[in-house]
Amino acid sequence: MLTFLARRILIAIPTIILISIFVFGLQNLLPGDPILVMAGEERDPQVIEALREKYRLNDPIPIQYFAWAGNALQGDLGISLRTQQPVLELIGEKLPVTIQLAVMALIIAMVIGIPAGVISAYKKGTWIDWVANVIALSGLSVPNFWLGIMLILLVSVQLGWLPASGYQPLAEDPLQSIRTMLMPAFVLGTALAATLMRHTRSAMLTVLQSDYVRTARAKGLKEQTVLTTHALRNALVPVVTVTTLLFGELLAGAVLTEQIFTIPGFGKLVVDAVFNRDYAVVQGIILCTGVAFIAMNILADATYRVLNPRMTST
Amino acid sequence: MTFAKYMGAAAVLALSAGFAQAQDLRIGLQEDPDVLDPDQSRTFVGRIVYASLCDKLVDITPDLEIIPMLATGWSWNDDGTVLTMTLRDDVVFHDGTPFNAEAVAANIDRSKNLETSRRKSEVRSIESWNVIDEFTIEMTLAAPDATLIAQFADRSGMMLSPAAFNEAGEDFGLNPVCAGPFSFSERIQQDRIVLDKFEDYYRADEIAFDSVTFLPIPDTTVRLANLRAGDLDMLERLAATDVGSAEADAGLQLERATSLGYQGITINVGNGPRAENPLGSNADVREALSLAIDRAVLNQVVFEGAFAPGNQPYSPTSPWYNASFPVPERDVEAARALLAEAGFADGVAIEVQVPNNPVQTQVMQVIQAMAGEAGITIELASKEFATLLADQSAGEYTASQIGWSGRVDPDGNIHQFMTTGGGINDSKYSNESMDQLLNDARLSTDPAVRRESYNAAIALQQEDFPIIYLYHQVWIWALDDSMQGFTPYPDGMIRLHGVTQAE
Repeated sequence: MLTFLARRILIAIPTIILISIFVFGLQNLLPGDPILVMAGEERDPQVIEALREKYRLNDPIPIQYFAWAGNALQGDLGISLRTQQPVLELIGEKLPVTIQLAVMALIIAMVIGIPAGVISAYKKGTWIDWVANVIALSGLSVPNFWLGIMLILLVSVQLGWLPASGYQPLAEDPLQSIRTMLMPAFVLGTALAATLMRHTRSAMLTVLQSDYVRTARAKGLKEQTVLTTHALRNALVPVVTVTTLLFGELLAGAVLTEQIFTIPGFGKLVVDAVFNRDYAVVQGIILCTGVAFIAMNILADATYRVLNPRMTST
Repeated sequence: MTFAKYMGAAAVLALSAGFAQAQDLRIGLQEDPDVLDPDQSRTFVGRIVYASLCDKLVDITPDLEIIPMLATGWSWNDDGTVLTMTLRDDVVFHDGTPFNAEAVAANIDRSKNLETSRRKSEVRSIESWNVIDEFTIEMTLAAPDATLIAQFADRSGMMLSPAAFNEAGEDFGLNPVCAGPFSFSERIQQDRIVLDKFEDYYRADEIAFDSVTFLPIPDTTVRLANLRAGDLDMLERLAATDVGSAEADAGLQLERATSLGYQGITINVGNGPRAENPLGSNADVREALSLAIDRAVLNQVVFEGAFAPGNQPYSPTSPWYNASFPVPERDVEAARALLAEAGFADGVAIEVQVPNNPVQTQVMQVIQAMAGEAGITIELASKEFATLLADQSAGEYTASQIGWSGRVDPDGNIHQFMTTGGGINDSKYSNESMDQLLNDARLSTDPAVRRESYNAAIALQQEDFPIIYLYHQVWIWALDDSMQGFTPYPDGMIRLHGVTQAE
C-alpha cells in the first residue's frame, strides 16, 4: 500500500506542473486586457504602465511563469489584482466553505442515490424501478439555478424556515452554518444523486446476476444479507470511482449554486477572477483544484483496495 | 487574516451576536467591491461602502450643490488658481490620530504620487499645496480648474489616516483607516464587509446603528428574496423588472434617484481603419441611427419604464441639460431621408459590440429592430466586458454600447470623451470648437458662464454624434418598511446619517 501511494504521489508531481503551465498559457490567450479593467473608468496611461510593471505583465510569458512558479514553490501564490489580498489567504478563506458544501452535497447525494439504485436494481422492471428512475432523472434534468430560486422563494420567503442565502463559518455557529448550507447542498445533492443512482443500479444489476450471488442465495442466506454483504459491497467499487470524481468536481466549485445562494466558495471566486482577468487568483485556484482532484483519485484507488483486497496486486 | 486571528474574531462575533444583531444594518450590494483603498479603487459599488467608511472634504446635496463635510469652507483667489480651504477641528481618524491640514496635504500627495493611484487625473491640476495653519490649507493650481471642488466630493476628497497609509503603503485597502461614521472591522471577499460604529465620530449622534454589514448578492432576484425573507434591511439597484412586485409588497418601500451617468452608443469616428465606414465617416448616418430609435419604447420594453430616456451626457432632470435639444421622438421617415441624402438610399450595415449581459443585449436587440425599419442593419457582436473595453480602446470596433457612471461636475461626463486626445475618447472624435468650449468651461467658477459653454458643446454634439445617448439609469433602493430617514442621492450612494430603523 505504501509503495503504491508513494508511486502515485510521484506521478502526480509532473501532472501538476503540466496543469500549471497549461493554465498559464491559456490565460494569456484570453482576449481582453486585465489592466484596462483594473485601471478604472478613466484608464489613465500612467496608471496603466505602473500596474503593468507592478504585476510583471511587461515581461515575456515564460519569465512570468518562472517567477510565479518560483514564488509558488515557496508558498507565495501572489496577490489578487482586484482586491490585493494574498491568493493563499483567499484560498484559505474559500476552501473550508467549498469543502463543507461538497461534503454536505455528497452526503445528501449518497443518502438518496445509493439506496435508490439498490432498490431499483432489485425491483428491476417493476413500477418501483420506474418511479425511482423518473425521480432520479428529474433531479438530473432540473436546472440548479431554477431549483435554487424556487427553493429560496418557497422555504425562505414564504415559509421563513431557512436563511435565503449567505454563509456562516462552521466554527462560528455550527447549527446556523448547516442551516445556511442546507438548501445549496440539497440543490447540488439532488443532481448528483441521479448520477449515483444510475451507477449503483447498473453495477448492482451486473453483480446480482453473478455466480457468487446465486451461490449465496443457494446457501439459504437471507435476501438482505445477500444484498448488503455480498452484492452491494462489490457493486460499490465503480460507485466509489464516480463518487470521488464527483467530489473532485464539487471542490472545483459549484459555480451556479454558489452564485444563487451567495456562498463565498471557489466557484464564485474563480468566475469573478476570470471576468476580471485576475490571473494570480485563477492560477492559484486551478493549482489547488488540480491537487485536490489528483488527491481524490489516489484516495479512490486506495479505497478500492480496501473494498476489494484482490486489487492489491495490481 | 491568519487562522488564529480569524478564529479569534469568530469567537468575539459569536459572543456578541445576540447583542449586535438588533442594531446591525444589513445592506445587499449588487457586486463585491474591489480593493478598499479610495486612491486605488475603481468600482461604483466600492464607493457605496466608502460612504459609511470615509468622510470627504465636501459632500453634495441631492440637488448636486456642494456642501462642507470635513472642510468648513473654501474660497478662490481672483484668477481662480489658489484654493484656500478651512477644516473642522473636531475630527479624528479611526486610529485616533488627528485630522488636520497636514493630513489633507499627505492625502493630496498620495492621490497624486502613489504609483498605482487611480486619482491622478482628478487632482492633476493641483501643482503645490501649503499648510497655512493647523486647520487651513492652500492649494495652488497650474490653471483655473472649476472641477476640482466636485472631485473632493468623491474618492479624491476622502481623507485617509496618514499614519495608517504610511505604514501599510499599497496594502492600505486590506485594513482601511478613514474618518467616516463607521470603522473597518472585517471583510470576507465575496461574502461580507463589516463596519463598526466609530464612537469618536464628530457627528456620532446622527448614526443609529452599531454596525453595518454589506453583503454582495449579484443575482437581483435572490437579493430581493433576501430582503423579503428579512435577511437584509435594504438593497441597492433593484432590477427595473422587479419594481412592480416590490411595489405590491406592503413590507417594502422603494426610493429612486436618476443617476449622474448615462448609457449610449459610442461610435468609432477616427480610431484607426475601422472608423472608415458609413457610420464612422458620416454624421448624417449617425443622426439617422439616433432618429430611428424610440427611446421611450426602449425604456418601456427593457426597463418597464423605470429608467429615464436621454439624448445628452446629462439627464433631462440635471441642471446641466440643454433644454433646446429635448429627447427626440422617433422619426423613421426623417432617418431614411438622412440616409438617402448621405448617399445610402439602400441602407447601411454596421456592427455594434455589446457587453454579454442579458440587459444590455436586450437594449441592443430592441435598437437593432428599430434601426432595421429605417434601413440600418445592425449586427450585434456580444463580448465579455474586458474584451469589449480592450477592443474599444484599441479601435477594433465600429460602434460600442457602453455607458459612464457619471460625475458630480458636468465636466466629468463630457470632457474626456469629446476633447481631442481625451483619456477615454475612444471615438477619437476631434473638433477644435468642441475642444475650445470644453476647455473654457473648466476655467470659470461661475455656473452661468460654464452653462453657456456646455450648452454650446451639446449643440455641437447634436450635430456630430460621436456618442448617441440612449438613457439614464435610475437608482432604485428597496428598503424594509421599518427603515426611516433614507434620502436618495443621484450619485447612488447610501448615506446613513439620520437613517433609523423602527424596532
